[in-house]
Amino acid sequence: MSGLIDGLSYESWALHALLWLPLLGLVTVLLGPKDRAKHIAFGWSAGLFVLSLGLWWAFDPAGDLFQLVHDVEWIGAWGVHYALGIDGIALFMILLTTLTMPLAILGSFEYIREREKAFYAMMLLLQTGIIGVFAAMDLFLFYVFFELTLVPMYFIVGIWGGERRIYAAVKFFLYTALGSLLMLVGILYLYLAAREANGVASFHLTALLGAPLSLEEQLWLFAAFALAFSIKVPLFPLHTWLPDAHVEAPTPGSVVLAAILLKMGTYGLIRFAIPLFPDAATHPTVVALMLSLGVIGIVYAAWVAAVQPDAKKLVAYTSVAHMGFVVIGIFALTVNGLQGGLVVMISHGVSTGALFLLVGMLYERRHTREIADFGGLAKVAPLMATALVITALASIGLPGTSGFVGEFLALLGVFERFPTFAVVATTGVIFASYYMLPMIQKVLFNRLDRPENRQVRDLSARELVVIGPLLFLMVALGVYPAPVLERMEPAVRAVVEYVSDGRLGAE
Amino acid sequence: MTLDFVSGLDLVWALLPEIVLSAWAMAVLLAGVWKTGGSEDEPESVRGLGWLAISGLVAAGVMNGLLYRVNVLGQPTMITIDGLRLFSNWVFLGGAALTILISFPYVTRQRLQAGELYTLILLCTVGMMVMAGTKNLLVLFLALETMSVAAYVLAGFNRRDRRSAEAGLKYLILGAFSSGFLLYGIALVWGATGTVSLPQIAETIEAGAGFTRLLLAGLGLLGIGFAFKVGLVPFHMWAPDVYEGAPTPSTAFMSAAVKAASLVAFLRVLLEAFPDLYVSWYPVVWWLAALTIVVANLIALTQSSVKRMLAYSSIAHGGYLLIAIAAANEVATASLLFYLLVYTVMNVGAFGVLMIVGDHGEDRNGVESYAGFGGKEPVLAVVFTIFLLSLAGFPGTGGFMAKIYLLQGAADSRLWTLAVLLALGTVASYYYYLKVAWYMWMKPARTGDATGPVWAPPSMRAALIASAVVIVYLGVFPGGLLEGARAAAEGLGLIATAGTLGLAP
Repeated sequence: MSGLIDGLSYESWALHALLWLPLLGLVTVLLGPKDRAKHIAFGWSAGLFVLSLGLWWAFDPAGDLFQLVHDVEWIGAWGVHYALGIDGIALFMILLTTLTMPLAILGSFEYIREREKAFYAMMLLLQTGIIGVFAAMDLFLFYVFFELTLVPMYFIVGIWGGERRIYAAVKFFLYTALGSLLMLVGILYLYLAAREANGVASFHLTALLGAPLSLEEQLWLFAAFALAFSIKVPLFPLHTWLPDAHVEAPTPGSVVLAAILLKMGTYGLIRFAIPLFPDAATHPTVVALMLSLGVIGIVYAAWVAAVQPDAKKLVAYTSVAHMGFVVIGIFALTVNGLQGGLVVMISHGVSTGALFLLVGMLYERRHTREIADFGGLAKVAPLMATALVITALASIGLPGTSGFVGEFLALLGVFERFPTFAVVATTGVIFASYYMLPMIQKVLFNRLDRPENRQVRDLSARELVVIGPLLFLMVALGVYPAPVLERMEPAVRAVVEYVSDGRLGAE
Repeated sequence: MTLDFVSGLDLVWALLPEIVLSAWAMAVLLAGVWKTGGSEDEPESVRGLGWLAISGLVAAGVMNGLLYRVNVLGQPTMITIDGLRLFSNWVFLGGAALTILISFPYVTRQRLQAGELYTLILLCTVGMMVMAGTKNLLVLFLALETMSVAAYVLAGFNRRDRRSAEAGLKYLILGAFSSGFLLYGIALVWGATGTVSLPQIAETIEAGAGFTRLLLAGLGLLGIGFAFKVGLVPFHMWAPDVYEGAPTPSTAFMSAAVKAASLVAFLRVLLEAFPDLYVSWYPVVWWLAALTIVVANLIALTQSSVKRMLAYSSIAHGGYLLIAIAAANEVATASLLFYLLVYTVMNVGAFGVLMIVGDHGEDRNGVESYAGFGGKEPVLAVVFTIFLLSLAGFPGTGGFMAKIYLLQGAADSRLWTLAVLLALGTVASYYYYLKVAWYMWMKPARTGDATGPVWAPPSMRAALIASAVVIVYLGVFPGGLLEGARAAAEGLGLIATAGTLGLAP
């Protein structure tokens, strides 16, 4: 495999291709015949997934921190670079993206019935935006892609969503934009400080890392960055846009939102907010605040999820809880914590993506998402029931599934430094079974007393293809996470070490 | 070629774009008399006159391009040849040409006198060009009046429409009032310094005439005059009514080019005549910018007419641009120029789509008229979405690059509060721009409102699509234009700005 990768000089074009080919796909979708739009889009995204698999081998765990690096000047007058590169963290985020997109597209074949061309064009535009976010090493470039993901998502929720779709779409857009515009001012402040210190205007991450900042400046800038990313995560109490967006979004929109877009927030924290302002990120008040909000999110979201009558809303709230684990893992600032947070990110992407897909499949069959309307589905749709059970168990973090590895590592990392927070957060794992298992019980097992539910079809071949890879990953990651952890570790260690030095201390 | 302004002929050379355009305006007027002998609804004659006017703008553009090759010796003050003037001329000429290009169906359907309308647009453009090119307060006043008088008539041009007549009258009275302020300000400045030439005023102040009450009063009155012309809060009251009542082509032109000319002249007067009074005018400009951004964006949120929303949005953009004047450094000046060019294209383009949706009249400007537009006219709806995103300053559009550049200028002078206000104003503006987008794409067309296919001739469509392409191109590759703007702003900035003086709040 490595020979093939070298032979194709894969490293020199892979990231560019992953970033820009979706746009080419977008053009072919728009120009192609209407009834083929979904197939064309699926073909592109599946091809991109295959292409992205090469990253697994091209990325050398023992090599440099950032690999597949490219740096071309984009706007010379401002020092903006078209700079791409991935480390062990971005690698998995990109793989998660390229995996989720074809599955989400395949999962929307039945759901999306109108304006199909526009829908698949938006999905491919979204893919370009997301890959850009994870591959950018220039803060300006990152910001452009970070914002760019808003537009397709706005239209996906707003055009193909449920009844209150416009409200949800606008709320989603404004919430995220508020955070990111303040971050933009912060970016410019940082850029100016770095320019005055280095004498060179540049938005490149490496140039900005050297900007001399006082603690007060770091705290303000960290606040601007953390606000933008915390809204995206979403961290309690900034999460209120999420249930609306999820409930109103069409299934593929929810899948992409939960599986990938939320990760842009935590990714931003790890990649930018923490390394750029290490003294602020390790400031005791900041750490206590972020850990508290994370823990509150875990517990509060679990309680709220437990009383939701709507299955999709329940899953939406579980996202808030899971992302809380990621945030506490990150702000523990230990190798275990950070690694655990990253594994939760992947695991949550896989399991929550699958949950949204399954809820969507239920909705397609019954046109309702009320938990009370279901019952006894295990008898009529055994395959679906199996998939739902495995997914739910992975979501609550049963040992042997991906959720367990991540949450365990994250809690371990927090426990090393902040035992009290870890103890409270652990209760969230228990509450997770309290909201998830009754839902499974009511939907799949109770008595099959409604005639409509007898007509429910089991998973079709297409749906099996959609769910299968996700189920496989949930188990595989749970049983043998080592290859993933091994690739992440250098990047995680680098962040932890860089931060523990601090910027002010190093001078 | 070298101009030393020893002979009067050199002034003719220096004024060549303006002279060509004035002569052409007369030709259009005459042609209008010949062409429209009671046949106002002949689309061919409207198009013919329109293209004649556009060719005049192109000819003036060629002359403007030639002026880049001229070597200037000495410091002419009546008319100057510098980057600021030449770059602004592109904005005015481009804005006028785009306005004329998208106005054909409107003019035809509303039975406007095409010859007179286009003549007025050309003459208005001449006024703007002189305004941006002079360093003499009296010439500035004459140019401003040339521009304003033409603009008053443009606002009231549709005399069969009561709203247009009201707009014209309102604009005339308030405009005359503000011109009075300006003229009084010029008189007081002359009284305090004994000169009306901007560089000489600066020299006199530097030599010790600064901070007299007479001078400060003159400066204040000048500022009020300009604030009226630009439409800055609290001197903006006329703007929404005038912009809403005027025929849409006039609104497009006024909200883009007239505003641009006033801002450029304001910038030149403050930076070239009163650099030493920076500490006096900086806080005023700061507050005008802050108030304009906050108030205009908040009021725009509540508008249900897209035309009126765009009117408030244009006031808000005036506020953003004022940040560049408050920052008063070269980067800020360059960003103002860059922003004005992008703003002119996207704003005139947005009004173009407004005309199409409004069926080239004034009755269907409400946001509900946009329901289902995306399904009916996907290409135009995409174009409009691009204009709206660019007005909102969204990444991938020229409007984003313009805002970033403006923020850089503000950052260089440490105007962080204004930068944050700009960011917050932008969030608010997302709401009202997106509101139009959601009506276009997310709401079904109203039943019982089944109009036929919208009417937009190919030239208009092509102009709008080309504008959208330009906007996206500038959003991805702004480099060339950035450098052009940077070169044009050479020398137009203060060394001691708010940042270094410790003034920034």
